[in-house]
Amino acid sequence: MATTGDTAAPAAGRREPSHGWRLFAIWLVIALAADLVIWFVWKPHLPPGTLSTSAADQQFDLAVLSVIAAPVMIFVLVYFSYAVIVWRHREGDDEDGPAQFGHTGIQATWIIGTAVIVLSLFVFGTYELISPAGAGAGEGPAPIWTPGGKTLQVQVIAQQWRFTYRYPQFGGFETTQLVLPEGQWVQFNVTSIDVIHSFWAYQLGVKADANPGVNNVAFTKPTHAGSITVRCAELCGLWHGSMYDFGHIMTKQGFEQWATSTEQKLAPATKLLPKFAYTYVPDANGADGGYYPDNVDPYSNVETYGASTTQS
Amino acid sequence: MSLPVRVGTLVVAFLAVVGVAIFVVIHYFLGGPPVVDYSAGVPANAGRTVSVVMQEDPQNSVSTHPDWVSYFIQSPTSHQWVHTTLFQVPAGSRINVTILGYDGCTPLRNPFWGKVTGTVGNVVHVNGRPVSVLNSWANCAVGHTFSIPGINLNVPVASPSSVQANENLCPTSPCTSGPHTVVTFSFFTPRQAGDYFWQCRIPCGLGYLDGFGGPMQTIGFMTGQMEVVS
Repeated sequence: MATTGDTAAPAAGRREPSHGWRLFAIWLVIALAADLVIWFVWKPHLPPGTLSTSAADQQFDLAVLSVIAAPVMIFVLVYFSYAVIVWRHREGDDEDGPAQFGHTGIQATWIIGTAVIVLSLFVFGTYELISPAGAGAGEGPAPIWTPGGKTLQVQVIAQQWRFTYRYPQFGGFETTQLVLPEGQWVQFNVTSIDVIHSFWAYQLGVKADANPGVNNVAFTKPTHAGSITVRCAELCGLWHGSMYDFGHIMTKQGFEQWATSTEQKLAPATKLLPKFAYTYVPDANGADGGYYPDNVDPYSNVETYGASTTQS
Repeated sequence: MSLPVRVGTLVVAFLAVVGVAIFVVIHYFLGGPPVVDYSAGVPANAGRTVSVVMQEDPQNSVSTHPDWVSYFIQSPTSHQWVHTTLFQVPAGSRINVTILGYDGCTPLRNPFWGKVTGTVGNVVHVNGRPVSVLNSWANCAVGHTFSIPGINLNVPVASPSSVQANENLCPTSPCTSGPHTVVTFSFFTPRQAGDYFWQCRIPCGLGYLDGFGGPMQTIGFMTGQMEVVS
């Protein structure tokens, strides 16, 4: 460690300034200014925005982490700069520096300070996972952090190379459009019917892996109307880069109208769909709700799949 | 070793390395399937109509993967079948598509894709009969699909009846005879130029993970691009 005001040898003919207080004063001014800029100027523009509770919480978390990290980084840079400027080698000064000894106060302050910061972040991070019901992340099939009250169920079915969405509370219709109401908790049930994908609704702050045979649950509550970009965030094959679509958040009344009209419009196609299930096993022996019925080989070269053998 | 021999050896080695590099570049980076041009002589955004003709075959005897299912596209000038899935169409035009379905049926993993979307009237004509939804699990109805997600186009391509197809599949590609369906539909291209990938949604890559490898992931077989030019 470089010398401090307490241990520096006094220069001939002048009193050594208190470097510690100087450093503290410089650091305090810069750190305070940086934190104010982060909180009031940068925070409103931090991703992923404020379109949902989970997105707003993530923005808040990023701002808090930045406000805590900035003073630490600034302290390192200020100390480094101060040392380079003040304690640089001067012309004609060939003397050795003063001997260095341990400083209990500095060591204790460092250990306690870093411990307090890290433990505070641990508690803060854990609370932030709990309070917005998982913070928009996939929690697996049995989430431990759930919102209270009724949720809108939306099943996300990933397949090469498109997401489709089922709404079990509206007759189980399936569509390529993701439409959500504002002000209501949404439960995404994310699964895949082929390879591994990842459902990333950027503006909602929702990201959940889509694995075949697994129901990965994520929660969020849209707060106001807007557009959502949905991307696959897991390399999934040739056209992975084209696996994206756009969703919309609308008023509750608008959503109800959209859902009921879409349910009616898609009724002929809905009849073809398997019974709603949280997972669809993509093989010939698909279990209950599978996209292939039991004991059917979809690749059979003799299976007629319901066709009459007398058909010409 | 004499100087001329040493120089000659060096030149030969240099040329061999350059040759290998050129082969790799041409074969692996520039050696894609050809693009069938339906836009030649057709002005973009002029409301013109272009006819695109394709066929999907149960095998592919013209490639190094004879057991892979494949699309073919007909050249508008020579009317020869070209082994490719890349085609070019003018922007702002009506595209009349005819697909000859020579392959037998395989059920859709997600029956949702049995619904026709993005075509004029949201219908296809199967052997002249308008259809808006095809149930791939009933009467062995669907062989493949032709889907362009970028313009929300999804067309299940009907297959000939399973009995016909299973007993008399067209044996060589491109198919010119054998049981098949004639599927026709129309759609409009965007007014802006761009590349739109298209794919089949039937898991017809036999022997690959979930049926979605091999021909399903290879341009020139069951997926490709529609290049819209303006």
